[in-house]
Amino acid sequence: MKEIYFDQLQETLYSETLENGLQVYILPKKGFNKTYATFTTKYGSVDNHFTPLGASEPVKVPDGIAHFLEHKLFEKEDRDVFQDFSKQGASANAFTSFTRTAYLFSSTTNVQQNLETLMDFVQAPYFTEETVEKEKGIIGQEIEMYDDNPDWRVYFGVIENMFHHHPVKIDIAGTVSSISDITKDDLYTCYETFYHPSNMLLFVVGNIDPPEIMKFIKSNQSAKEFEPPSKIERYFDNEPPEVAKKKSVIKMTVQTPKCMVGYKQASPGRFGDERLKYELGMNLLLDYLFGQSSTNYESLYSEGLIDQSFSFDYTEETDFGFSLLGGDTTDPDLLAERITEMIEAEKTKGIDSSAIDRLKKKKIGSFLRSMNSPEYIANQFTRFQFGDMNLFNVVEMYDKITIKDLENILLEHFNPKAFTSCQVRPKKA
Amino acid sequence: MTKTKAPRVIPFDGYTLHLIETEKYKTTTFSIQIKRKIEEKDVTKRALLSQVLKAGTKSYPSSLHIHRLLEEMYGAGFVTSVGKKGEYQIITIRMDVSNEKFLLDQTPLLEQSLSFLAEVLLHPLNDGNKFEESNVNKEKRVLKQKIQSIYDDKMRFANKRLIEEMFKGNRYALHAFGNEEEVDSITSEELFAYYQDVIEHDEIDIYVVGDIDGDRVMETFESKFPLSTRNHDHNPSVPPLNRKEKEKVIYDEQDVKQGKLHMGYRTSITFSDPEYFAVQVFNGIFGGFSHSKLFINVREKASLAYYAVSRIESHVGAIFVMSGIEFKNYDQAVSIIREQMDKMKNGDISVGELEQTKEMLRNQILESVDNPNSWVDLLYNSKMSGVERSIDDWLEGIQAVTMEDVIDAAATISLDTIYFLKGEGQE
Repeated sequence: MKEIYFDQLQETLYSETLENGLQVYILPKKGFNKTYATFTTKYGSVDNHFTPLGASEPVKVPDGIAHFLEHKLFEKEDRDVFQDFSKQGASANAFTSFTRTAYLFSSTTNVQQNLETLMDFVQAPYFTEETVEKEKGIIGQEIEMYDDNPDWRVYFGVIENMFHHHPVKIDIAGTVSSISDITKDDLYTCYETFYHPSNMLLFVVGNIDPPEIMKFIKSNQSAKEFEPPSKIERYFDNEPPEVAKKKSVIKMTVQTPKCMVGYKQASPGRFGDERLKYELGMNLLLDYLFGQSSTNYESLYSEGLIDQSFSFDYTEETDFGFSLLGGDTTDPDLLAERITEMIEAEKTKGIDSSAIDRLKKKKIGSFLRSMNSPEYIANQFTRFQFGDMNLFNVVEMYDKITIKDLENILLEHFNPKAFTSCQVRPKKA
Repeated sequence: MTKTKAPRVIPFDGYTLHLIETEKYKTTTFSIQIKRKIEEKDVTKRALLSQVLKAGTKSYPSSLHIHRLLEEMYGAGFVTSVGKKGEYQIITIRMDVSNEKFLLDQTPLLEQSLSFLAEVLLHPLNDGNKFEESNVNKEKRVLKQKIQSIYDDKMRFANKRLIEEMFKGNRYALHAFGNEEEVDSITSEELFAYYQDVIEHDEIDIYVVGDIDGDRVMETFESKFPLSTRNHDHNPSVPPLNRKEKEKVIYDEQDVKQGKLHMGYRTSITFSDPEYFAVQVFNGIFGGFSHSKLFINVREKASLAYYAVSRIESHVGAIFVMSGIEFKNYDQAVSIIREQMDKMKNGDISVGELEQTKEMLRNQILESVDNPNSWVDLLYNSKMSGVERSIDDWLEGIQAVTMEDVIDAAATISLDTIYFLKGEGQE
């Protein structure tokens, strides 16, 4: 078992890669009542075109299948796994993103038992045609709930505008129509390909004894049999750097219009420290350009174009990346125009290093604060690890980012050809 | 070993200071709660005040200045908000800041935070007669947008509509954000006069949570927060029940894809009652968890919904059921929900359901003290109800609930209003 002490954070992280390929990480948190564990596979909504385990030809599977699979894993022949957790005093949940599916529980008692339930249910699929059919009603309502949510619609709208082919443009849950095609055999195909331990990571954080927990996990895993690990082949069509669509408008039953703009990343594919530096640099830059202490934010707020719902974010995964900015606004067209104007103006201004020093302090402090949250640590650590990055190197990496790095990002990422906007407008009353 | 002391409660002139000294967190959290009964004539003003308080102070005249200060303080968090607990409209000012001991340089963040909070509370930007006009105007627009955003989020909208209908004529029916059409008519002078009244008369509680030196913090408070003494009525009131002969059924129509079915039940038991533990267990069995009757029967068995949950509004004695369904399934969903309530009343509850629920509640209570804000919330709810309970009281209270207690609690619960937001022109 490896042991790394992070001096400034005063945390020790324990880890080991098991014989079956599973990566296990344990972070003890003294004084906490709660233990939180996530069991995550590197498989999300974008993985819809791949060569199934043991097959030679690639397949394309229906949209929304990773999320559907997430729902169905909780159901077993004789019972529902939610019940097992709740009998053991744990609350369980799961989520699916573009690139990951995570199963989790949190509890203050019966930690080993809950951990066993978590590992066992994820590693023992049980699907029948009948239960697959029944789930379509529930997921159908989940999809319709999101369809009525203007924030979700504008978020997905802008991503849809960006991409010509990449499946990141498809809603994570799919559509009522696409999920109607899903069969139990499809689910098994995806399960067997993507739920191999070598494609997964288990993170446990809480008031626990690391050697004891590690021993327990190992004995659980060594009692199960798995195929030898093999590389998963995923296919993505070539994606041009330009956006597919410059603008789109969605009409909904809302009172306040919304506007989200974005820039598509022309050159994703960074890994390890390179991605960490780029990602942190981008977040620093976005904060510098449009954070609450920026003159741009102050202007937009004073002009009445934004309110507290205004936010920004950068996402980068293996094959795609984008920055997004926006929120509620009285005038979506004007907001989009003002944002692009401001970005173009910044390109010629040069970056103010005292502001960056201040923002670095902010980022370091925020990171420290997030260390209070077991949920944040487990979820973010996993995301970072899947990109060969280490969450605990964040503070150190901020120190290494220079003004030159930020200027490069500013010129490279915010290319007018990579720009698109989506707006939600009220239907006439 | 990590140490946590029992919370200390220190009465000062004009406010009560609560210190929670614990080594658990890497941050220090401050939470100022300013409480007054919700008043129809002031509801919007109070909501606007909560916004204006964060817009500028004497030393930091705009939000730009404030945010630069917060960044210098290693990205301290700072928010103001307004909410409702029972019949009270509460302004909350919250700050959280890194504990100096995890930073390389020894910036005195605790001192800085307290100075800043004192400014926000006691010296917001004003000329002795009114708040800075441009700040007020900006915040008016933001408040109007916040009120509109309730309409845009259909779950929150349905919830607001249910409460309006169910508590018609009662002050609890008012939304904590106030009324959109009143926002513009509030002048900076009026708002400032209201602020002065708030500082003079409202009940104020301040919570500090973290690895702090309590005695030092007390001294700082003594010098930095001079407030005048005030009296408070410590008998929390519960809205009168006005039981209806028959349930009220309300339909609204909008162009939406999913119907929102929200049902409001009344109970005479509230947070301050000894039976409150039994109501909590009741709610857990009924719709609070994924093993609850609503989840199992509406979602898992009938496949009608993605979510079907219930929650307690603990200070007014209400239980709200919420679910998103297809319009055509309205009758079926309502009848399944009614059936589950009947089962609860008839004691059709297994020992497994009872024990499982108690275990989950116990877990929830223990988890809440892992988070500084939910810990403060738990303590403040207790303080507000007039019955202070320690974490052990909570755990023991839940543990002691029997099947009979749950059935007795169920007997106090009755359906009051069914609200359904459905698609335009849908049957």
